[in-house]
Amino acid sequence: MADRIPILRMGDCLLVSVQVEMHDQLALTLQNDLTEKIVAARAKGVLIDISVLEMVDSFIGRMLGNIASMSKVLDAETVVVGMQPAVAITLVELGMELPGIRTALDVESGMELIRELIDGQDPDADDQD
Amino acid sequence: MPTIKTDALPIRSDEDVVRVRQKVRQWATELSFSLVEQTKVVTAASELARNTLVHGGGGEVTLETLAEGTKRKGLRLTFQDRGPGIPNIERAMTEGYTTGDGLGLGLSGARRLSSEFDIHSEVGVGTSVTITRWK
Amino acid sequence: MNHPKTGRVADLVARAQQDILDDWIRQQLGQTGRGAGRISEAALRQQSTRFLEAFARAINGGLIYDAKAPRWDDLREVLKELSLSRAAQNFSTSETATFIFSLKQPLFERLRKEAGGADVDADIWSISTLLDTLGLYTSEAYQKAREEVINRQQEEMLELSTPVVQLWDGIVALPLIGTLDSARTQVVMESLLNEVMARRAKFAIIDITGVPTVDTLVAQHLLKTVAAARLMGVECLISGIRPQFAQTIVHLGIDLTQVVTKASLADAFSLALKKLQMAVVRLEGRPGRS
Repeated sequence: MADRIPILRMGDCLLVSVQVEMHDQLALTLQNDLTEKIVAARAKGVLIDISVLEMVDSFIGRMLGNIASMSKVLDAETVVVGMQPAVAITLVELGMELPGIRTALDVESGMELIRELIDGQDPDADDQD
Repeated sequence: MPTIKTDALPIRSDEDVVRVRQKVRQWATELSFSLVEQTKVVTAASELARNTLVHGGGGEVTLETLAEGTKRKGLRLTFQDRGPGIPNIERAMTEGYTTGDGLGLGLSGARRLSSEFDIHSEVGVGTSVTITRWK
Repeated sequence: MNHPKTGRVADLVARAQQDILDDWIRQQLGQTGRGAGRISEAALRQQSTRFLEAFARAINGGLIYDAKAPRWDDLREVLKELSLSRAAQNFSTSETATFIFSLKQPLFERLRKEAGGADVDADIWSISTLLDTLGLYTSEAYQKAREEVINRQQEEMLELSTPVVQLWDGIVALPLIGTLDSARTQVVMESLLNEVMARRAKFAIIDITGVPTVDTLVAQHLLKTVAAARLMGVECLISGIRPQFAQTIVHLGIDLTQVVTKASLADAFSLALKKLQMAVVRLEGRPGRS
């Protein structure tokens, strides 16, 4: 089992594509690696693709929320993309609506959203967040 | 209620938790659960397996395939540990209550994702949680 | 219960099977019920023959009807098939049961004739009870078949009644019609989210104009759908809010502030367009159509 999820750098953004089944230690390692890399790369945006994940439980959900909050403190925007419908329905049923996390359908619209957020043209600026 | 198939897996490490999820997914697929039903039961199993590992100091899960009549099929999972036990189950079941560093959604969340939920715990002896998901 | 072992009836049926069959069919054809004419003589003859053959085999050696005895398996299978095919042809339960009961008359007549004055009351009584049981069994099988048809139709209706329509590139709508219950909302939720995924929509409009009543449970289901869609990166708008619904929501104390609601589907659509930085405009230099 892989003990690290690779983090790719693209300009001022970091890209994470979760391709393996998450276990708790893997999630914690990703959380640490990401925060360090945000500082090291002076990244402004983080995109996490979870389209392959077949389930997200409260631990992984909390890890996603933590990453979003921590990167916010480090002045980077986090967008989670590609959550499967069954996973989303289950998370809501579980009581985890993850209000602090930005989401998009796929990598492409996720990158668009990050660009908008970085450029300060937040399309949802008038909405609650 | 006849049991059709049964199996047990140990829960001693993070990797074991992943194996429990995979096994539960496989059995749920065999019962032709819908994708959402599969995901719900796998997620519930993941929460409970983690509880067994983190709070119970490890243990095991028993999987059972159930049939009631010809149509109704279900998957029953029993998580058992010989850990410290839960002194106040009612409080442990409260959403948001946590002893560890989680969100406290483990037990309450697993209950919400299951058709039936049953918990027995004795301080100093251990904890047993049984969930059933009917198709 | 002490059923007489009636070698006599078994012998009779074995010996005079063809004659009994002819009498029985003639009698059925003479009946003018609602079922007459809906089944061809050939089909009737075939069903009657199969039943009588299975019946002859089953009673050979005793009349004790035991629902679990393997001796009767064959006959029950025949009865089940018969009930299913008759259910499909819109026969009523009593008509199907009458098919079995109508065997009594030709059977008893022949029994009396052959007995030549001997007492056949006990035979008639036990065979009559037996046929009644079998007739009731067809009713049960018929009902079960009907229930299966109804269940299947309900499932089909669930899927049929929740179409997801594409309004524009990136915008889908789900017009809900009829009462929302837990099971239906689950299906609605799943089909909406799957469709959104498949069409890469950024906006999903749930229109509840056709939903007669909205209670706390329905509102909660709607909120869950909206929350799940948001996790996928899709914004949900709810349209078709009627004055009564607005009142209910406030009275029940349901918090809909996290959800964008619009009075009409058109309003929601135009908001979605606006968010996609699009607009519907009148072409200049052309006269309006109306």
